Amino acid sequence: MIRTDTHTIACIVFAAAALATGILIDDAYYLQVLIFIGINTLLALSLNMLMGYAGQISLGHAAFYGIGAYTTAILSTTYNLSPWLALPIAIFAAVTVAYIVGIPTLRLTGYYLGMGTLGFGMIVSIIFREWYSVTGGASGFVGIPPLEIGSFSFDTDQRYFFLVWGVVLFFFIICRRIVDSRVGRALRAIHDGEHAAAAVGVNTAAMKLSIFVLSAAMASLAGFLYAHQVFFISPETFSFLASIRIVTMVVIGGMASIWGSLLGASLLTLLPEWLHAFADYEMMVYGLVLMLVMIFLPQGLTRGIIDLYEKSRKNRNK
Amino acid sequence: MASDAPLLEIDSLFKAFGGVRAIEDVTFSIQPKTITGLIGPNGAGKTTLFNLITGIFPADSGTIRLKGQPVNGKAVHDLVKMGIARTFQNVELFSSMSVLENILVGLHSRTTCGLLGSVLKTPRIRNEERMARQKASELLEFVGLSDHADRKSGNLPFGWQRLLELARALASEPDLILLDEPAAGLNMSETDMLGELIQNIRKQGVTVLLVEHDMALTMRVCDQIIVLDRGRKIAEGPPRVVQSDEAVMAAYLGKPK
Repeated sequence: MIRTDTHTIACIVFAAAALATGILIDDAYYLQVLIFIGINTLLALSLNMLMGYAGQISLGHAAFYGIGAYTTAILSTTYNLSPWLALPIAIFAAVTVAYIVGIPTLRLTGYYLGMGTLGFGMIVSIIFREWYSVTGGASGFVGIPPLEIGSFSFDTDQRYFFLVWGVVLFFFIICRRIVDSRVGRALRAIHDGEHAAAAVGVNTAAMKLSIFVLSAAMASLAGFLYAHQVFFISPETFSFLASIRIVTMVVIGGMASIWGSLLGASLLTLLPEWLHAFADYEMMVYGLVLMLVMIFLPQGLTRGIIDLYEKSRKNRNK
Repeated sequence: MASDAPLLEIDSLFKAFGGVRAIEDVTFSIQPKTITGLIGPNGAGKTTLFNLITGIFPADSGTIRLKGQPVNGKAVHDLVKMGIARTFQNVELFSSMSVLENILVGLHSRTTCGLLGSVLKTPRIRNEERMARQKASELLEFVGLSDHADRKSGNLPFGWQRLLELARALASEPDLILLDEPAAGLNMSETDMLGELIQNIRKQGVTVLLVEHDMALTMRVCDQIIVLDRGRKIAEGPPRVVQSDEAVMAAYLGKPK
């Protein structure tokens, strides 16, 4: 119960910080970066529920991100549908695909599940690139409209910032509640030992499928938010490399940690921005930073920071 | 249910793996609120029989009935709901989770909260969670682990891990509990405690079926013993009778028949 209380406090502090940031920061560049951190946090959180808590790896998560983005792009641009109507359809599309893909794929475990989801991600990414008449192919999809409620438009970065971070906060609360419940315990039990989980009465197949579907829905929502922020989407954003980047966010931030998703997404979004200075060596430094984090903080940033803090406190008490 | 109706009935059960006949024409029944020991040399088919009863894999032929209901082909988690719980030979706890959380997972089949419920946290769900925690604490007290509720289960000494696994199995409110070598790796005083615990479990109305190599323990706690050898049942009866059975002696000591 104490944990829930700290989480409530953390959420309030976080909401206040986001609010202050949104009001105080006036620079378009920083706001943009913060919006991308928000979208990536939602993505990382979606995968963390599946991978960090339930222990089911997905190397094709960008597919759901892309399904969200492309569905809303096609419906709201090609068919002039309101984005708010496109949103439930985009989520429904991701949920349906997750359901169909999940039933056979989630029977696999470990590396095999990784390979299965990897294949799925590649197929979807090829569809985005090759279905030229619908998706615009490799050159991308242009002219996605901004989000509007009545006459209020989320056309400034500041407004979009609040929308994205409002959604992130909402999902922090939802995911925390799931993690702390009977469902969350069953997921962690599956992670620790699937046979044992079944032997104490957990319907492991159904449980894995439902978290996969939830995860896909969240990734699809992130895709929706992304599409209406950048107005232009192209297949590379949802490629195999994007899937790996989401996995990296989860691992670097901290598996099975809601706040870890925020840290991992922040680091992986900011790092390329900071590393521009290294020019040609950018990717090398990027890789080096990730290696160092994994070597010195193998449990990810969240656990690592908590451990460092506790160690320093112990040293002070000596 | 009449008091003499068996809780578990196994009728001419067969199971082969490739050419190996792991279980061959095994038939027996277990009365409610009894403790039955399943013994036999290594490779006799004891664990296979456990896996058949708990639905890990299906039998080739024959029937298994619990309270008169056939259980063949049912999923593992459904069998837990029907009242069959088990522990494993090599303790399988959820090692990253706390002691209390392990028991809460054990209560999974007796609680209902789903994804939506966990998000909405309705009064009914809050109440269910409170009841579950209450029940989990009681179970921890039953096995004497109340003081360690918040410890990570993987960090417990081995003997306590066995007790925790037992409590976790009891959490599903089983009619029948299957214990796979519960005394393996325990020292003598821990084994004594375990014997007492098994009898207390029976007192609570739970029927026990155990595989155990510790003969002293088996002979002391069991009402009935079933002996398997190479997949076949070779003897059955009260401990004293089985102990002096010639076929059993032959199976264990290799005495010519």
